[in-house]
Amino acid sequence: MASFYELTAYELHSMLQNGDITAEELIYSLFDRIQKTETKIKAYITLLKENAINQARLLDKKLRNSNFFGILAGIPIAIKDNICTKNIRTTCSSKMLDNYVPPYNATVIERILAEGGIIIGKTNMDEFAMGTTTESSYYQITHNPWSLEHVPGGSSGGSAAAVAADETILALGSDTGGSIRCPASFCNMTGIKVSYGSISRYGLISYACSLEQIGPLTKDVRDCALLLNVLVGRDPYDSTTLNRPKIDFLATLDEDIKGLRIGIPKEFMGTGTAEAVSKAVWNAVHLLESFGVTYDEISIPLIDYAVPCYYIIAMSEASSNLARYDGIRYGYRVEKDEGEWNEIFAEDRLAFGPEVRRRIMLGTYALSAGYYDMYYLKALKVRTLLRNQFEAQFKSYDIILGPTMPTTPFKIGEMISDPLAMYRTDIDTVAANVTGLPAISIPCGFSDGLPIGLQLIGNSLQEELLLRVAYKFQQETDYHKKKPPIGG
Amino acid sequence: MHITKDQVEHIAWLARIKLTEEEKENYTKLFNDILDYFRKIDEVDTSNIDYTFHGVDIKNVFRDDTIRPSLPKEDIFKNVPKRKDNFVKAPRMV
Amino acid sequence: MGTAVEKDNMFSDSDEVLIGLEIHVQLTKLKTKLFCGCATDYRGKEPNTYVCPICLGLPGTLPVVNKKAIDFAIMVGLALECEIPLKTFFYRKNYYYPDMPKNYQISQYNKAGGVPIGLGGHVTIEINKQKKTINLTRIQLEEDPGRLTYLGSITSSDYTLVDYNRAGITLLEIVTEPDLRSPREARLFLQKLRSIIEHLGVADGSLEGSMRCDANISIRGGNRVEVKNISSFKAVQKALQFELIRQRRQKADGVKTVMETRHWDDEKGITISLRTKEEEHDYRYFPEPDLVPIEITPDWIEKIRSQMPELPDARRERFIRDYQIPPYDAGVLTSSKALADFFENCIKLYNHPKIISNWIMSDLLRHLNDLNIEINESTVTPEQFVNMLKYIDTGTISRRSAKKVLWDMIREGKPPEQIIQEDGHQRIGDENVIRQFVDEIFKEYPQAVQDAIKDDKAINFLSGQVMRKTRGTADPKITYQLIKEKIDLLRKKAN
Ligand SMILES: [Mg+2]
Ligand SMILES: [Zn+2]
Repeated sequence: MASFYELTAYELHSMLQNGDITAEELIYSLFDRIQKTETKIKAYITLLKENAINQARLLDKKLRNSNFFGILAGIPIAIKDNICTKNIRTTCSSKMLDNYVPPYNATVIERILAEGGIIIGKTNMDEFAMGTTTESSYYQITHNPWSLEHVPGGSSGGSAAAVAADETILALGSDTGGSIRCPASFCNMTGIKVSYGSISRYGLISYACSLEQIGPLTKDVRDCALLLNVLVGRDPYDSTTLNRPKIDFLATLDEDIKGLRIGIPKEFMGTGTAEAVSKAVWNAVHLLESFGVTYDEISIPLIDYAVPCYYIIAMSEASSNLARYDGIRYGYRVEKDEGEWNEIFAEDRLAFGPEVRRRIMLGTYALSAGYYDMYYLKALKVRTLLRNQFEAQFKSYDIILGPTMPTTPFKIGEMISDPLAMYRTDIDTVAANVTGLPAISIPCGFSDGLPIGLQLIGNSLQEELLLRVAYKFQQETDYHKKKPPIGG
Repeated sequence: MHITKDQVEHIAWLARIKLTEEEKENYTKLFNDILDYFRKIDEVDTSNIDYTFHGVDIKNVFRDDTIRPSLPKEDIFKNVPKRKDNFVKAPRMV
Repeated sequence: MGTAVEKDNMFSDSDEVLIGLEIHVQLTKLKTKLFCGCATDYRGKEPNTYVCPICLGLPGTLPVVNKKAIDFAIMVGLALECEIPLKTFFYRKNYYYPDMPKNYQISQYNKAGGVPIGLGGHVTIEINKQKKTINLTRIQLEEDPGRLTYLGSITSSDYTLVDYNRAGITLLEIVTEPDLRSPREARLFLQKLRSIIEHLGVADGSLEGSMRCDANISIRGGNRVEVKNISSFKAVQKALQFELIRQRRQKADGVKTVMETRHWDDEKGITISLRTKEEEHDYRYFPEPDLVPIEITPDWIEKIRSQMPELPDARRERFIRDYQIPPYDAGVLTSSKALADFFENCIKLYNHPKIISNWIMSDLLRHLNDLNIEINESTVTPEQFVNMLKYIDTGTISRRSAKKVLWDMIREGKPPEQIIQEDGHQRIGDENVIRQFVDEIFKEYPQAVQDAIKDDKAINFLSGQVMRKTRGTADPKITYQLIKEKIDLLRKKAN
């Protein structure tokens, strides 16, 4: 039998309920595993062993003495370090927030705790979620469990690597331009970015507020659905959350997908796409075809403009969102006392790494007098058009399909010196953020031992459908069941 | 060319980002490349197109004028780097 | 401040003065801040105790709009006859200041797709008995920053101390066109505006720092100067007068006034130049992505309109009509809600509107003005004021004593009964006592007595001397009566 840490949340849920395992045993099993693999992977910035054990013990007691059984009762979960956890250091992988301890919980954390979930640690990420490789962290580079010389993807690289290396059962990431789906793809995990407004952003340290959503990184689609059951819902603390009716995402997973129509935009399969990737994607399409799904090759021309459109909006918002880091109320502050506000301010902000500084500056430029119309407002119009083009396709197709990333994982160091080249690799993921549409990434093959991700984009609020198709795919394949060769 | 070294300096000032001479040079080159790429969106005809300002198409989200507890005292200064009595200490203004 | 009739005579009309104001009114009648649930009664409380993650701008927090703030802003917009748009938005105004927790202010904007909650509008003031309309550019909602304390002055302080209790309080920013022509007009305008806002019940302007004002001032042909940090209405006129004199002097000396931002130092009574690099303003406004648009339906507007209380202009008309008081007096009485309320509360206790109005206009306001306080800052209650008037009616004190009693009521905060007793203002009604005084006066002023025998008119002089001797406490009717009788007797004897 597999070790406890190898199981999914769904499997563990019934084991915990039946008393086959206690929450405490599970936590110990997991931390043993972490001890063996974490030195190679470096997925965590903060590990909360003692906290987790105490919480597990309390929970075990509660499970014995009451009929409480939350959806996540006793399930360990790792949290990306840009999601605020009360009394637990939350760094955004930045020197700026090195010793920042939030006095409040993000709404998603409250929801997880209410369902009995156990937070075991905070995971590494690109600084302030700005990156595709998790290399821009102030602390460490996270290694891809499938190949330690490769990046785990970003920016939620720590969360994806932790799940992939069985260093957690579930993980939360955040996706501003692909930051859940990219590492899901690179680490052979399942990750979903929900329709904008479905999951509260309260407590998510903003990078680009109109684009990002928190979401699950899990071992399979079923766990993804399970975690969504906890996360999705209106939050009075986030004005941009939708009042969606309560959905049980697990309940509809088994429903048939026969007759669904899939559109495959040629823009997702452009020249930048690695041959192995397009091959794996086409194999996936043909497998889906065998389940009674039809497909057409289509064109959504504006996808070619999605990356610049995305970066202009993201950087503009970021330049404003990150203005608050001045070292006055929290965060890094230079020692010296003398000096004028603007000077000290600019010195405090040297605690930002180069990529963060670049994005703040470019965003400042895009919003500044004389350039605002040319960049920011123009991008908002392109955004409207991109949305229109997707909407038009959803009249004929239920799902838009393509690769998640144009390639398999990059080598560590390969992208770091060429930001523009790195931006371009977001070509397949950013459209879903710019349009606010839901998109899921699931494993669909390997090339030279490195994972390939399949991306399904749905119409607004169609997560259920995405999960159903992805679930069917996982029922008939075992890519997602493969374990990385890290031993331990 | 979209941007000169002087402009990079000005933006750095607007963003309160301190740059070394070398960074100013490098950023000028890099920013021009990136802005070149951004300006690709000029190719898109957006006449008579509305802006999409928000991530979601909803309106009128409010809360009632009901008091909620403020932070407990022990939490307020937990993260404040410099403090004097019950004030937060900031650099001088001029 | 009601009867302030300071003259601008030191300023000739030869150069045209252009003044535009930007007023920030805290909507103090809201219980919570604009975007979080923190309480708003921070005044006098320990610094940094009325704060939460949201108004401290902690990473990850998001704003949620207080519905009542929108209701209040619509109400003010209707009262000022602004155009209320169908849709309004919040924008981010990006600039850096340590009192701003996020280094941007959530505000509103009237460009780049932005629409504030009220456009246009106007306020009518009365200056030199003529009506004048001051046009507004817009009104908008925004969050108040925290409060900075400098050790010493802004220019000499080694560091700044920040209290975020005020951060996030709802501000209504009201911007006028440059329609004001003198510091006095500016003050009258602000008085009127405040009266309107207080009548609406959205704010209490007497709270310290609850109404602040920036002013743009220039004289024709000269550059515009922005004066910031005017933190009370009392200071507005002073600050503008100072700035006007400064600009006129420069003009006379042939010096060109620099376009700049100046800081009003209320203690020293001067404006000082504050040239910082920040003056290269580039606020980089853009729509607040953390909030959604606000759609204001006609139903919503009508609902607010139906809840609108009586406004100062209507109240003035009612005072003229119902209480038969002169229009000027009615205007002064409604220039402040507290004063108008005081007046009407007095009437409830003592149904003689004209007498009350006269006493307020001639005495009460003059005393308050001398002390530079407002009616609600004094301890005089309508009950006390009315009791004083009643003592006149019952003959307990004379009108003349009453004036002194009122002055002591205001200055010493005592009720009239106590003053009358302590200071012997009690009226002398006893004929025998008064007769003694009359006899004394007849001895002291024999010539006046002779005059009075020839002509009754001189009796007034004699009775005046009796009043003087009794410090106004002798009953004037009895005194006159007694003198008349004595003179008549002397006439008979002479014949
Ligand atoms: Mg303002
Ligand atoms: Zn608050």
